[in-house]
Amino acid sequence: MNREDFPILNNGKIYFDNAATTLKPKCVIDAMDKYYLEYTSNIHRGDYDSAVITNKLYDNVRNIVSEFINCDANTVIYTSGATHSLNMVVFGFMRYFLKPGDEVLLNKAEHASNILPWIKLQEEIPFTIKYIPLNEDYSLTLDNIKKCVTLKTKVVSLAMISNVIGDLRDIKSIGEYCHQNNIIFNVDGAQGIPHMKFDFKDSNVDFLSFSGHKMCGPTGVGILVGKYELLEKMKPIMYGGGMNSFFEEDNSYELKSIPTRFEAGTPAIAEVIGLGEAIKYLMNIGMDNIHKQEINLKKYFLEKVKDINNIIVYNKNINSGIIAFNIDGVFAQDTSMYLNHYGIAVRAGNHCAKMLKDEMNIKNTVRISMYFYNSFEEIDKLIEVLKNSKDIFKVVL
Amino acid sequence: MNSDLKREIIFDNYKEPMNKGLVEDESYLKANTKSDSCIDNLDFMMKIEDGIVKDIRFDGEACAISTSAASIMIRSFIGKSVEEVKNILENYVAMIEEKEYNSELLGELNVYDEISKQPNRKNCALLPMQAVEKMLNSLK
Repeated sequence: MNREDFPILNNGKIYFDNAATTLKPKCVIDAMDKYYLEYTSNIHRGDYDSAVITNKLYDNVRNIVSEFINCDANTVIYTSGATHSLNMVVFGFMRYFLKPGDEVLLNKAEHASNILPWIKLQEEIPFTIKYIPLNEDYSLTLDNIKKCVTLKTKVVSLAMISNVIGDLRDIKSIGEYCHQNNIIFNVDGAQGIPHMKFDFKDSNVDFLSFSGHKMCGPTGVGILVGKYELLEKMKPIMYGGGMNSFFEEDNSYELKSIPTRFEAGTPAIAEVIGLGEAIKYLMNIGMDNIHKQEINLKKYFLEKVKDINNIIVYNKNINSGIIAFNIDGVFAQDTSMYLNHYGIAVRAGNHCAKMLKDEMNIKNTVRISMYFYNSFEEIDKLIEVLKNSKDIFKVVL
Repeated sequence: MNSDLKREIIFDNYKEPMNKGLVEDESYLKANTKSDSCIDNLDFMMKIEDGIVKDIRFDGEACAISTSAASIMIRSFIGKSVEEVKNILENYVAMIEEKEYNSELLGELNVYDEISKQPNRKNCALLPMQAVEKMLNSLK
């Protein structure tokens, strides 16, 4: 659906790598072009007309985000992406919150950006990282978490939807449980927020991170949302212009209020404006419609792929548009090369979840990730190419 | 060499690579090779005695091009002197990088003479050589 909004789809290629980044609709590109062509200026500094327009557009994106996920606009922090957001939580908040002996619960299906910052912080503070065991189908539920929680557990940090398996975690129940047990709940929404409706206030999430480019927005921009009382305790990880009220020779300084104090330097202005446009665009389609379309596409693929004997799908029962598979006996990268030969873009590898191999006993998979603009006809083409894969080495060699 | 024959040689070496599987032996040099741009990840070990390559073995996960290149490379290098190996290696890299090279030195490795047409596979064809280069450099 809405394929006509994406100029790039006119190239006749099939794009199934939406978990890596999504395509951009014309309205987003236009909004950014307009900033560059008509009112280029910095924010929060100029008194001239174009600066006033830029300020207004830039600041208003906080209101758009607040409407999109139901949070307070003054708790919306612009970042460079989910990785930046997650690093801010770990090095701006957790660094001052965690004590030696505390426990942080992660799991091996997480993206590098929700594991490596914790490993790094652990070099400074001797807290313990515990990996919550996954179920047989590599999913993670509240029960798995409950089994790992002890009196020392201070943080649960996980993705709303994991980026390899695509399992949707029950954020609301986990949030409620964490809240009752005085555990900080940090959520990586990079794969979740673009694909489904989410209510920040209703979910008991303490920190939420996501990226613009995985939801029809530009690269280089993301969001961190946090509960206000926690943001008050968080320290900036970058200092400079735009975030201070004053600084003096005697080393005294004062920071601006939340959220500006976390946004040092000239931000990605065009990208923030583009992200605002992308969110409006998604809200206009409706997040429920987006999720429904992805699930329908996935079901259609699974139904069709049943007839091909040598395709192994690892995550059949998962409620998202992500499919992890291999052609039996074929290295994932050879499969992605083969599909590329027919103009089909997929991803091969470990998808930045390098620990997941311990759980799956398989290092690399081919990943198809759908978005609402993918079509049933595209899946037909993919199925046809996979059916003919006995000739794969004639094509890739 | 016609392209069917090239494909056949590459495929045979992928399906039944020479010397796949490592051994426990401290007298071997060792190196791992992987790249940022693809997911191939191979371990190599090489035994050199009196300036002659006596054995090379490898293991790991890699695509058809890397795996076959490892196998063909191993067959080409065993029995050669370190100097000869260095010379072949230099010419092979030149071939992949589309520079001047001596094809007569390369034997079966010539099957990759058109790999530069697929830029994203050049790296796969170079990985095994990079491991040998690392191991030879460790001799210095």
